[in-house]
Order: sequence, then C-alpha cells, then structure tokens
Amino acid sequence: MAHGPAKGLSRWFYTTNHKDIGSMYLWFSFAMFFLGGIFALVIRAELFQPGLQIVEPGFFNQMTTMHGLVMVFGAVMPAFVGLANWMIPMMVGAPDMALPRMNNWSFWILPFAFAMLASTLFMEGGAPNFGWTFYAPLSTTYAPASVTFFIFAVHIMGASSIMGSINIIATILNMRAPGMTLMKMPLFVWTWLITAYLLIAVMPVLAGVVTMMLMDIHFGTSFFDAAGGGDPVLFQHVFWFFGHPEVYIMILPAFGVVSAIIPTFARKPLFGYSSMVYATASIAFLSFIVWAHHMFTVGMPLLGEVAFMYATMLIAVPTGVKVFNWVTTMWRGSMTFETPMLFSIAFVVLFTIGGFSGLMLAMAPADFQYHDTYFVVAHFHYVLVPGAIFSITAAVYYWLPKWTGHMYDETMGKVQFWTAFIGLNITFFPMHFSGLAGMPRRIPDYNPLWADWNMISSVGAFMFGAAQLLLLYNVVKTIRGGKKATAEVWEGSHGLEWTVASPAPYHTFTTPPEVK
Amino acid sequence: MLSISKRSLALLFAFSIVVLPSLAAAGEWQLNMTEGVTEVSREVYSLHMTIFWWCVGIGAVVFGVMFYSMFAHRKSRGAEAAQFHHSTKLEIVWTVIPFAILIAMAFPATSTLIKIYDTADADVDILITGYQWKWKYEYLGEDVSFFANLSDSSREEIYTKDAKSENYLLEVDQVLLIPTKKKVRFLVTANDVIHSWWVPDLAVKRDAIPGYINEAWTYVEEPGLFRGQCAELCGKDHGFMPIVVKAVEQGEYDAWMAEKRAAAAAVAEAAKQTLTFDQLYAEGESVYETYCAACHQAGGEGIPGMFPAIKDSTIATGDIKLHLDRVINGGQGMPPFGEQLTPVQSAAVITFQRNAFGNNMGESVQPIDVVNFKQGQ
Amino acid sequence: MEHQHETYYVPEQSKLPIFASIALFLTVFGLGNYLNELSADKDGSGFTIFLVGFALLAFVLFKWFSIVVDENMRGLNSAQLKRSFVWGMGWFIFSEVMFFSAFFGALWYLRNMSLPHLGTGPTSELLWGGFQADWPLMVTPDMAANGEGAGVFGPEKNMSNPGVGNWTGWLPFWNTLVLITSSFTVHFAHTALKNNKKGGLFGFNAWLGLTVVLGIIFLILQVEEYLHAYQHMGLTLETGVYGTTFFMLTGFHGLHVTMGTFMLLVQWLRSVTKGHFSHHDCFGFEASSWYWHFVDVVWVALFIFVYIMG
Ligand code: HEA
Ligand code: HEA
Ligand code: HEC
Ligand code: CUA
Ligand SMILES: [Cu+2]
Repeated sequence: MAHGPAKGLSRWFYTTNHKDIGSMYLWFSFAMFFLGGIFALVIRAELFQPGLQIVEPGFFNQMTTMHGLVMVFGAVMPAFVGLANWMIPMMVGAPDMALPRMNNWSFWILPFAFAMLASTLFMEGGAPNFGWTFYAPLSTTYAPASVTFFIFAVHIMGASSIMGSINIIATILNMRAPGMTLMKMPLFVWTWLITAYLLIAVMPVLAGVVTMMLMDIHFGTSFFDAAGGGDPVLFQHVFWFFGHPEVYIMILPAFGVVSAIIPTFARKPLFGYSSMVYATASIAFLSFIVWAHHMFTVGMPLLGEVAFMYATMLIAVPTGVKVFNWVTTMWRGSMTFETPMLFSIAFVVLFTIGGFSGLMLAMAPADFQYHDTYFVVAHFHYVLVPGAIFSITAAVYYWLPKWTGHMYDETMGKVQFWTAFIGLNITFFPMHFSGLAGMPRRIPDYNPLWADWNMISSVGAFMFGAAQLLLLYNVVKTIRGGKKATAEVWEGSHGLEWTVASPAPYHTFTTPPEVK
Repeated sequence: MLSISKRSLALLFAFSIVVLPSLAAAGEWQLNMTEGVTEVSREVYSLHMTIFWWCVGIGAVVFGVMFYSMFAHRKSRGAEAAQFHHSTKLEIVWTVIPFAILIAMAFPATSTLIKIYDTADADVDILITGYQWKWKYEYLGEDVSFFANLSDSSREEIYTKDAKSENYLLEVDQVLLIPTKKKVRFLVTANDVIHSWWVPDLAVKRDAIPGYINEAWTYVEEPGLFRGQCAELCGKDHGFMPIVVKAVEQGEYDAWMAEKRAAAAAVAEAAKQTLTFDQLYAEGESVYETYCAACHQAGGEGIPGMFPAIKDSTIATGDIKLHLDRVINGGQGMPPFGEQLTPVQSAAVITFQRNAFGNNMGESVQPIDVVNFKQGQ
Repeated sequence: MEHQHETYYVPEQSKLPIFASIALFLTVFGLGNYLNELSADKDGSGFTIFLVGFALLAFVLFKWFSIVVDENMRGLNSAQLKRSFVWGMGWFIFSEVMFFSAFFGALWYLRNMSLPHLGTGPTSELLWGGFQADWPLMVTPDMAANGEGAGVFGPEKNMSNPGVGNWTGWLPFWNTLVLITSSFTVHFAHTALKNNKKGGLFGFNAWLGLTVVLGIIFLILQVEEYLHAYQHMGLTLETGVYGTTFFMLTGFHGLHVTMGTFMLLVQWLRSVTKGHFSHHDCFGFEASSWYWHFVDVVWVALFIFVYIMG
C-alpha cells in the first residue's frame, strides 16, 4: 500500500482514498455554501427596505427555498461528511474507510444531485418555490413542474447520505485499532456514530415523503388531498419526523468538533467525557419524539400538543449538560485563543443563545405568536450559522495544518473570525426583534414597522459574506504554502491524528497503531 | 489580540444581557411581542417574558463563569492547567436544576394551552377560508359573507419609490367585524393551499388546512382595530394577504350586519340590468387589475409554467361557456370567483378578457348570463 | 487491482463509483423528464434517457458485484472487510425498514387521525356534505360532497378480511402462506449449506431454488390480485386513500419481493453454475436471505395492518 495519489483528474474521479474523498466533500460543500449564500444575499438585498425593488415575489420564494435546501443539504451535511471522511479513519487508527469504493459513490452522487436541483432555476415555471419544508399541497397540486426534479434530487442525495452513514458506522464499529475501545474514542467519532444512526433512520422517511408527493402529483393518489380522504397535515408529520432529527444531524458533529478543540486550547482534558456521550445519545433519542413542535398551530389535539411540548423542553437538559461540560473544561485551564478556539468559544455562546430561543419556541402557547415569524428565523440561524458553520470553520482551521502540512496565517485567521462574528450578530440578532414585532417569514415585502431591523440585517449579511471570502483566501493561501507544521501542531493536542506527520501520509495507518 | 477578543466578547455579553432586555422592556410592539388585548394574549405574553428571563438568568451564570475563566485562566497570565476531568456530583446538579426549571415552566404553559383549546360555547361563529391570496369570511347562520383582499392603496405602493404609508400591506378592502364582550369562534379552513390566520393582538394563529376545519376563539373586551397577516407560505403573494379585525360594540355590530344584508340584495338587483360594452369593458379592466393581474399579469401574458396567458388563450377566445366556467368555478390552480365577484363584475371581467390584449372577440357578456350560468349548474 | 495486507484490504482506484453516479443521474433525470412529459402531454426524450441510464446502472452494478465476488474468491477480503459487509447489509435493511415505516405511519395517521377529523364536527358538516368516516374508505369526502355513492363496492368487494371461514378463497391468505413458507425454505437452504450439503434433493441448491420459485409464485398471485382490483372492483390508486395506501404499501412490498427474488436467483445461479459458497463463506447468500426475511416480516405487518384490520 505504498502507492500515493494517482496523477491528474483520475485521482479525483476514481479515488478510493478517504482523504481525497474528504477533500472533495469539503470543497463541494464550500461551493454550495457560496451558492446558498448568494441566494441569501438576494433575499437580504430585496429585504433591505420595504417595497419590491430587485426581484418578483415568485422568484423571491424560489430564493428562500433554494437557500434553505442548498445550505442544509449542500453545505452543512456534506461538510460534516467531509470532516468525517478525513478524520474518523485517522482518529480510530484505520487505513481508510470500511467500504472505500462505496465512499466515492456517496460523494459523486452529490454534484449530480445538486446540478439537477440548481438547473430547476432555469426551467419553465421556475425552481421549487414552496420553502425548504415543501408543505403539500403547495408542493404538489400547486407546484411548478420542476418539483419532479426536486423530488428525484432528494431521492439520490438521500441514497448518498445513507451509503455515507453505513460506511461511517462500519468504519467506527469495525476498523478501530486494537485497544481503541468505544469509550476511548474521541467525541467527534462518537457524535458522528450517533449522527450516522440518525441519518439511516430518517433519510428513508424523507425519501418516503417525497415519494408520496411524486405519487400525488403524477399518479393521482390522495395522500395529501382531503377530497380523497388524505391530509395535508400528514405531510408535515412525515416531513418533520425526518426534519427534526435532521437539525440534530447538523449539530451533533459540531458538538464533536468543539469537544476536540476546547480541551486542546485549554490544555486540559475534556470534562465529563462519558456524560458527553450519554448526553449525545439522549439528544438523539429525544429528537425522534419532538417533531410536532414545528406544527403547534396546525390544530393537533391538545394531548399531542402538550406531549410534544414537554418532550421538546426536555432536550434542553442534555444539551445543557454539554454546555456546562465545555465551560468546566475551560475552567482552570491554561487557555490560549487561536482561531479555532475563538470559533469554538463563539460557538458555545451563540449556540446557547440559539438554544434559548429554541426553548422559548418550545412553549406551545408562546409559539402561537412566534411561529412562522423572523423570531424562528433568528433561532435557527443562531443554531445553524454560529452552530454548524462556525464549528466547521473551527474544524478547518484546527486540522488544516494536519491536512496541508502548513500553518495558516494566525492574524488573518483572527481577522476572519472577528468579521464573521460581528457580521453574524448584526445579521441575525435584529431578527429576534422584527420577529417578535410580528414580521412573518418568507415574505418579499413588509410593513415599514420592521424596516430598521431589516436594513441592519441586510448590512450584516454582506459583512458576513465578506468574511467568507476571507476564509477562502486563508485556506487557499495555507494550501499553497506557509510555515511548516509539526506533527503535533498544537501544544495541547491529543489523539491519534496528531501522532502522524503533517501533512498526513496518503495512507495513514497501514499497520494499526496500538492504543493504550 | 487577546485583549481584543476579551473585550469584544464582553461586549456581546453586555449586548445580550443588558441591551436585549432593556430594549424588550422599553419597546412596545416594535421590539417585543405585543401584549395584545385578550386574556389569552396577555397570558402568552407573560409566559414569553418569564421564559425569556429564565434564559437571561441562566445565560448570565453560564457565560459569567466562562468569561471569568477566559480572563483568569489564560496561559498568558501564567495559568497552569488543572487536570480534573469529571465529577458525578456536578453532572447530577446541572441535570437536575434545568429539569426543575423546565417543570416550573410547564405549568403555566399547559394551563394557557388548555385555555386556547377551549372553543366551546361561542356566541358568534365565523368560517374563515384562505384563498390564494385573500380571505373569505362567512358569519354562520347570518347569511352574510364576503372576501377581504389587500387594499388597492397598498397595492399601488408596492413598486413606488416613495416612503411607504403606515399601514402598508396591512390594509384590506373589507375588515372583519366582531362584537366586543362576546366569545367569537373562528372556524378556519382553506380552499387551495395551507394558509395561516394570524392576528398578534388576539394571540390567535391557526393554520388553514384545505379540507379540514380548525377551531380558534377570542374574546375582546374593548373596541379596537387589530392587524395581522397570513403566516404560512402559500405561494407567490403570501406576503400580500393581510387581515384586519375590528371589534365594535354589539349595537354597531348589528347595524353593520343589517347593512351587509341590504348590500347583498342590491347586488342581486344590479345583476338584472343590461350594460353597454364600454361600461362592461371599463369595469372589467378594474376588476382584472384587482383580482386577476396577480396571476395572469397586467398585460395578460401570464407566467409561463405557472399561470396561463389570457392573451390568445384558447378559453378566452373560445366558447363563452368554458370561459364562464373557468372564472366561476376555477380550475387547477385557479381559484373560483363565482362567489367573490358580483354577477356584474364577472360579466365585466369576462368581457374585458375577451376583448383586451388583442383578443378582440368583439362580444360582451351580460350579468344575467352569469346568473343563468350559475343557476344552470 | 489487488493489494494485500495482513488485515486490511484497500482497493485501488475504481471507475465504478463515478459511472454509477452518472448512471443514477441519467436514470432519475430521464424519469423526471418522462413524468413531466406525460403530465404535460408532450413528446420528449425522457424515457430514452431513463432507459439508457437504467441500463448503465444495471451494468455498473453487475460489474461492481462481480468484482467484489471475484476479490472474495481470490481471498483478498479480510475477515474485517467481511464484517464491514455484514454491518453494511444490516444497516441497509434497517434503512428499508424506516422507508416502510413512513408508509405504515401514513396509513396509521390517515385512519386514526385524519378520517375521524373529516367525518365529524364542522369539517364533515360544512365542507364535505356530512361525510362519514368508514374504513375501508369507499365513499371519499369528495364523493360525499357531490352526493355520489361508492365507486368501489364494499366491504365484500375490497381487500379486507372476509372472515376466517372464507380464508380459503381469499388470495392474501395464500400469499401469506407462500411467503412464510419461503422464509422457511431459505432457512433450510442455509442449514443445508452449514452441513455442507449443496446438491441433492434436500441440499442447498434445491431449497434455494424452491425459495425463488415461491417468490415468483407470490408475485404472480399479486399481479392477479391487482388485475382483479383494477378490472373487477374498480379499486385503483386514484380511488381515494384506501386505494392509495393499499397499492402503495403492497406495491412497494411487491417491488422488494421482486428485488429479493432476483437477489436469491443470482445466488442460486452462482451456486449452480460457478459452485460458489461454502459453509464458512457464503455472505452473498446470507445477505440475500436476510433481505428475504425482512421482506417476509414486512408482509406479515401488511397482512395484519392492511388486510386483517383493513
Ligand atoms: C442545528 C439546528 C438546530 C438546533 C440544534 C435546534 C435546537 C432546538 N430547537 Fe430548533 N429549529 C431549527 C434548527 C435547530 N434547532 C430549524 C432549522 C428550525 C426551523 C425549521 C423551519 O421551519 O424552517 C427550528 C425550529 C424550531 C421550532 C419550531 C418553531 C416554529 O416554527 O414555530 C422549535 C419549537 O419548539 C424549536 C425548538 C428547539 C429546541 C427546544 C432546541 C434545543 O435543542 C435547544 C437546546 C439548547 C439550550 C436550551 C441551550 C443550552 C442549555 C443550557 C445552558 C441548559 C439550561 C437551560 C435551560 C433550562 C433554559 N426549533
Ligand atoms: C445551515 C444552514 C443555513 C445557513 C448557513 C444560512 C445562512 C444565511 N441565511 Fe439562511 N436559512 C436557512 C438555513 C441557513 N441559512 C434555512 C433552512 C432557511 C429557511 C428557508 C425557508 O424558509 O424555506 C433560511 C432562511 C433565511 C432567511 C429568511 C428568508 C425568508 O423567510 O424569506 C434569511 C433572511 O435574511 C436568511 C439569511 C441568511 C444569511 C444572510 C446567511 C449567511 O450566513 C450566508 C453567508 C454566506 C455568504 C454570503 C456566501 C459567501 C460569500 C460570497 C458568495 C461572496 C460574495 C459576498 C460578498 C462580497 C458580500 N436565511
Ligand atoms: C391564484 C392565481 C390566479 C388568479 C388570481 C386568477 N387566475 Fe385565472 N388561472 C389561474 C391558473 C393556475 C389557471 C390554469 C387553470 C387550469 O389550467 O385549470 C388559470 C386559467 C384561467 C383561464 C383559462 C386560460 C386558458 O386558456 O387556459 C381564464 C380565462 C382565467 N384564468 C381567468 C381569470 C380571471 C377572470 C381572473 C380574475 C377574476 C383570474 N383568472 C384570476 C390562476 C389564477
Ligand atoms: Cu396565505 Cu400565506
Ligand atoms: Cu425541531
């Protein structure tokens, strides 16, 4: 297994190497992040002031929908799969992923799926315009023809996710180096193991619900049509049975990343390792029984309303355990604040704020006022942007020296952090206010009452976007050169990935290391 | 760098702990949730504030500890890392305390919820139906019903460069009148896609599900005017279907009811007259702009793939029966207008469509044709 | 192609994944175009693209599996990789279980939540002309509102349980028998293989062959059932939620039986023509048999929830 990467393009098309595939996932997700970000900027530009200036309402809806879909399925999920590909084999002491050829298939499905999804923008009738939650019957009877391609895109990216998850589970359960017991695995590995279970459990349900749509649209079934005895609310139940675990799919690996970075820069072992594992598992379990908190206003029976409210509130407990453990890890450490640490600290603070607003949303009676307003938009951007996106950024800075063999430019890293951090809060904090003041989401035009907040948000969005250009610049610069990185890279780093050279050899552990 | 990071984080801390609540407390409906005008809405508001302050408190503790440690336990200050890494006692403490707080929150939340769900024994029943993109209100047992659209004044402002008026996009052509000091029950449904009927001051938000009726209720004590909007993405003009509810004393309410009934009789009378082509065309043009242009566009070109063109349309240039049928009964994605438009308006808009945009069919449709068509069904 | 190591086998570069991706893309892209063409009554190349993609996909997957089999026959696969295959198949089946759960869940929700809502209170009175909630749903809300009777005549004319006394004339009962029997025969095949008995009357090949035949019989019976429903009962996908859930659940199951039968058939061919499988190396067969058991369990659930309680 001494061979290195193949030459030319075939390296990328035909590869079975987890690092190559990981890199492709990461670059793909970065591209999708920019695409989704451009859609977001169109939204923010239109909302800069009341009145319609830039786009028509129909196109605005397409932007909202495509923004949500591309960010969730194109940016965040593939980024975490990319990190999993790069790091899990290195962290558990394996030579590669368990099923390397299938690994490449999982990746290559994605560019095709998203090319197909993006191409709907140019079709007659336009792209999907029914929100990333695609509620029927707006997404069935009243949808543009491109919905058929949207459905098939979801099908094949679901297949990709399922194969990816199977691969990750097999790698973790089966490829660990001798001595690497489950309770010795880094938390990133643990969180991904649990995430993979979530994915396998819910992606088929998503496939199921889009299949029902396909049948309603093209084959005259009546799943979501009351005239035939069906029910539009059925759609929402099935969708959110997928959708809620999905949001944890986007945050659990982030927990893993942060649990790796904070101990490194606090130079102190992670506090409460086993409680972290149990908390992750509890969150995953609870995520299956809270879905209807997205549907408090659909007219569920009182009993359902109450049960889903309680279950949702419960999630704050294990999540709190995690937050407290991170803080205690920092307590009496010996802290330094390199870029990955800054992003991680911002993660803890801002994610918690997002969690708090989540808890407010969980109060069913109050949700009658919050639901479908910008308060919800503020909530989920606080958990997704400084949550998922910041943790991914932190991970990139943290492991970039290991991937490339070069140190990134610390000053530039900090500049990027502060632009992102400030831009983000300017963008999303005001949304709490406009939301509470009654601004509905998914509208292209609004009453002047909310004009000030929107203007501020829009300015922040462009600032946050600029920060992402800096990230691109930093990454490219580091790949092309820079100070040589040591194997250990960080003073306080622990774990198998830091025992191999930087950059890590093409095949990391051809003979398994011994873990004590 | 370190000092900058500390200062800025502290700033954010200040922002969330001091600025947010003070803004929230100082503000009226601009910054914070409205307290509203009903018992339920006030309960919801207090629930909102309670949970909010809990979060602020917990945040203060958690972030306080964290920022202290970031300040005191820095390597640059010579902090040596301790090596402790677990404590079952602590884990139990910080599992139990949040749990207890949540239980404390669950009580008021549940009791308000039970109230929201108590729709029994209403004095007035109103059937609310969401359409793309307007609301229909039907006073059950009263023989009064009407549609409420975005007002023309708001519509005209959309594309202008001027500053928008105060109630921009929150103004309708017909308000929903309810009596004060009466329990009013809303039966909410939709005709096409899902909408959501939301009036913040009443703390009523109910999804309008096509084919199903959901119930909600309110009890307003004092007269007043309350504005809201559709709160569920329902297609292109989701942002343009406002709601205005006006609560008035019983006497005024009764008078208004009588007026509405008289107006309905007048409409029936008007349907008997015969109009000239020019009258029909002019009236039809304005009806078209108000009701049809949202989809079929001002120039009748439609939106390819979504809404068919009227210009050169086979139906608008074909059999009048089919044209009547499409306008009165709707079709796939086309709302039925039979109830919303008066016979005069229907006749006018059909006449208009058959002659505008170069369709030049040269014929006109009279109100009586519409009445006959409806009866013939 | 091969690279050997004591414990790990990492395959070198492979052209399979990218071609599989292209094939998958062409398949769904073609199908999407085709369906839209059908709905818009237009001609187009959708179906051709679909066929090309599907053929390519079949070809690539065939290649892929042959390479895996070949690597295994050459002893390249480590015990560890074999365990990975086991995990892989196991979790794949779990994902299939979840796919069916979505449809079973839909059936449950429609019957126990939606129908009562439609059939009571203001929803029934104001919107659906006094619609009554019955299951099997023969008169849909739409029909009730238009004052129509049942297009499908029930209850003796739908798929539900005619009472135990009449089971002998009830096709689903026979289908259940066939499928349960086949679960036993595939198990006997496994036992025979464990005992190193491949040929002969009670050998592996015979039991496996019998299982395939039972699978085919099941499918024939199901086609018969569908024809009956469409032609004699007027029960179709389009006759409201009863038809919808009935055909979607049994249809997806039938599709899985088809796949399972095909998988078993391939294993049978491998055994008969190439002499593959021995008692310690029979993953291809085992995986197919797990799949078969899974399909069987789904059927039992269908029999209970769709037929008996239908
Ligand atoms: C990464 C993604 C992510 C995460 C992690 C979360 C986390 C949570 N979410 Fe969020 N949510 C979304 C993504 C996410 N959400 C998205 C995308 C939507 C909108 C979808 C759409 O409609 O488009 C949404 C919408 C949404 C709604 C529906 C709102 C509506 O439409 O009306 C609700 C309602 O209950 C909710 C609740 C919660 C809760 C209770 C948590 C909890 O997990 C949070 C737990 C964390 C904390 C509470 C903070 C830390 C805890 C402590 C410090 C302990 C002590 C605390 C207390 C006891 C108060 N979310
Ligand atoms: C992980 C998921 C994720 C992420 C990262 C983001 C990121 C952003 N989102 Fe969000 N968003 C969602 C998930 C996400 N979003 C979802 C699920 C919805 C709901 C959709 C629905 O309602 O159906 C939503 C909805 C949503 C809305 C509400 C739309 C509506 O209701 O109509 C808004 C409005 O401001 C918004 C804004 C933003 C902005 C400004 C960013 C920024 O963080 C983006 C920053 C990135 C860039 C800007 C790109 C990078 C830079 C360049 C391309 C260079 C060029 C730029 C400059 C020079 C400035 N998003
Ligand atoms: C919510 C969007 C919407 C509004 C508002 C609307 N229509 Fe339509 N209209 C449609 C759609 C969608 C169709 C296609 C219906 C079909 O094919 O069954 C259509 C079809 C038609 C047709 C037939 C065109 C053809 O050749 O197929 C006519 C005529 C028509 N509408 C008239 C009107 C009139 C008159 C009004 C206003 C009083 C109006 N429409 C308002 C959506 C709308
Ligand atoms: Cu109606 Cu949104
Ligand atoms: Cu959720």
